[in-house]
Amino acid sequence: MEALVSVLIGIITASAVYLLLRARIFPVLLGLSLLGYAVNIFLFASGRLQLASVPLVEHGLAQLPDPLPQALVLTAIVIGFAMTAFLVVLALRALHELGDDQLDGGDKP
Amino acid sequence: MNHLVVLPVLIPLLAGALLLLAGRAGKAVERSIGLIATAALLLVALLLLSRVSAGELLVYYGGNWPAPYGIVLVVDRLSALMLSLAAVLALASLLYAISGDDRLGPRFHVLFQMQLLGINGAFLTGDLFNLFVFFEILLIASYALQLHGGGRARVRAALHIVVLNLVGSAIFLIAIGAIYAATGTLNLADLAVKVAAASNEQAGLLRAGGLLLLVVFALKAALIPLGFWLPPAYAAASAPAAALFAIMTKVGVYAILRVHGLVFGPDAGAAASLLTPWLLPVGLLTVVVATFGVLASRELRRLLAHLVVLSAGTLILTLGLDSEAATSAALYYALNSTLVGGGLFLLADLIARERGEAQARLDREQAVARPALLGTLFFVGAVGVAGLPPLAGFAAKLYILQSAFLHTAASWVFAVLLLSGLLVMVALSRAGSALFWRSGDTAVLQTASGLLPAAATTLLLSGTAVLMLGGGAATAFTQATAAQLADRSTYIDAVIVNQALAPSPHRKGGF
Repeated sequence: MEALVSVLIGIITASAVYLLLRARIFPVLLGLSLLGYAVNIFLFASGRLQLASVPLVEHGLAQLPDPLPQALVLTAIVIGFAMTAFLVVLALRALHELGDDQLDGGDKP
Repeated sequence: MNHLVVLPVLIPLLAGALLLLAGRAGKAVERSIGLIATAALLLVALLLLSRVSAGELLVYYGGNWPAPYGIVLVVDRLSALMLSLAAVLALASLLYAISGDDRLGPRFHVLFQMQLLGINGAFLTGDLFNLFVFFEILLIASYALQLHGGGRARVRAALHIVVLNLVGSAIFLIAIGAIYAATGTLNLADLAVKVAAASNEQAGLLRAGGLLLLVVFALKAALIPLGFWLPPAYAAASAPAAALFAIMTKVGVYAILRVHGLVFGPDAGAAASLLTPWLLPVGLLTVVVATFGVLASRELRRLLAHLVVLSAGTLILTLGLDSEAATSAALYYALNSTLVGGGLFLLADLIARERGEAQARLDREQAVARPALLGTLFFVGAVGVAGLPPLAGFAAKLYILQSAFLHTAASWVFAVLLLSGLLVMVALSRAGSALFWRSGDTAVLQTASGLLPAAATTLLLSGTAVLMLGGGAATAFTQATAAQLADRSTYIDAVIVNQALAPSPHRKGGF
């Protein structure tokens, strides 16, 4: 399972980096969202992967899942969500003000 | 438990919430709430500074949870010093803003307080994940402050900053995940213990995590090659925002110093001195690139933005010297460069206002309305930032060179710092003569812009003179700070061990 998850994280990250390098606002936005997903799965996996376990605590169970990465992922999701929303609004405003959706260009006179 | 420690986070949070509610009550109410909160913040920061100056560490356990499990805030000399610096800078920026710049866009005061919340939290936290959270708070406030006033240049700069920092946040989280996977903790004191005892098997993951952290902090501190976003952004930002941003790169440097010193220090086992080989070359490169930026600038605000990058580079190369004396020198330099950098941004805006159409372009154009006042302030700021006697910039640079004397790379440090100092001096004198001496013959059109903005600017710029006059006390304090940073076991004991030995009296009967 570790191999499967790590390959998946790798594929998502690679797609995200490809999209980020497109340097146009919509692909970059998608790339950032994908990168966020990859990071969240990675954070989740940092508490070790377990199958058929309980969500938090159950008495008598030998191996309990680690609750901290879940809390971290939850926080990261909330922050990522807010940041993405902000970027969408900013991108719309930039489209109005600058008249293009390029990210790599300098400021044209 | 000492509740004073949490106030630098709570005051801006409450003031920000109150300001949201008071949004319709008019500017006067908003301004007084903002001013009262920021003045209170300065008071609390100075109180904390006096409390920790004897060497005591104040630890605040959120919800009174024991240390490696709950959230801790820690105040040592370094934190208290940075909190006070941020509060002074914030108060002056706010005084400048209430003379009119806060009308440029909506919700300036709310964003300002939220920015302070993030900055103070980053200085206080004793936990890696909360460092991330506070970074995000200060970032999202800074995006909006960057946009304050609107316009093409601000929007484009903000777009770049947001995308870069979102990628930076992702890298930060990957680093946190890697470090957590290797050690099972994110509390900095606990990490220091666990990293020192890490097996070789975990070392790879730890080293990768530590170096990823360096990448993130270098992005915040605007070190080359990750700092090219800063000059266009700071040059475009409104004056009070740009002045407050002068502390933002120092937040990145602070994070490097904290994590480098505590977690990846010289006795950290397999990951010992992880960042040391990187800091000196990166710092030197940053200083070189920023110096060329300063020379090439055709506009005062852009020149100042390059100077901010230059001061971050100088700080990092000094930390890369990796000795107690160097850390002390870096802190003294940070105090001076932050105050003067912030003051110069305010001054640049004053000059731009009085020159009308010409703004702050370094050309033969419109003269300013108050050449004597602004010229004197510019002279003081330039002397303070370029490192000429008799102001504190000179003492700071001398202190850095002195601490580099016995280092193996001393020749590099001397050559780069002295040459860059000379070139900065050339650029600043050229800028000063273009702005004040070679002004056109056209009559002065703009009226002078009031006393409050000039007073706020003077407050910050006089910091360099105060630091020179009080140099003995200031360096004694930075030396004590550096010694405290080198003494990891006391920090670890204060956060984790002491608490386990003596359970808090609150524990018995609940809160």
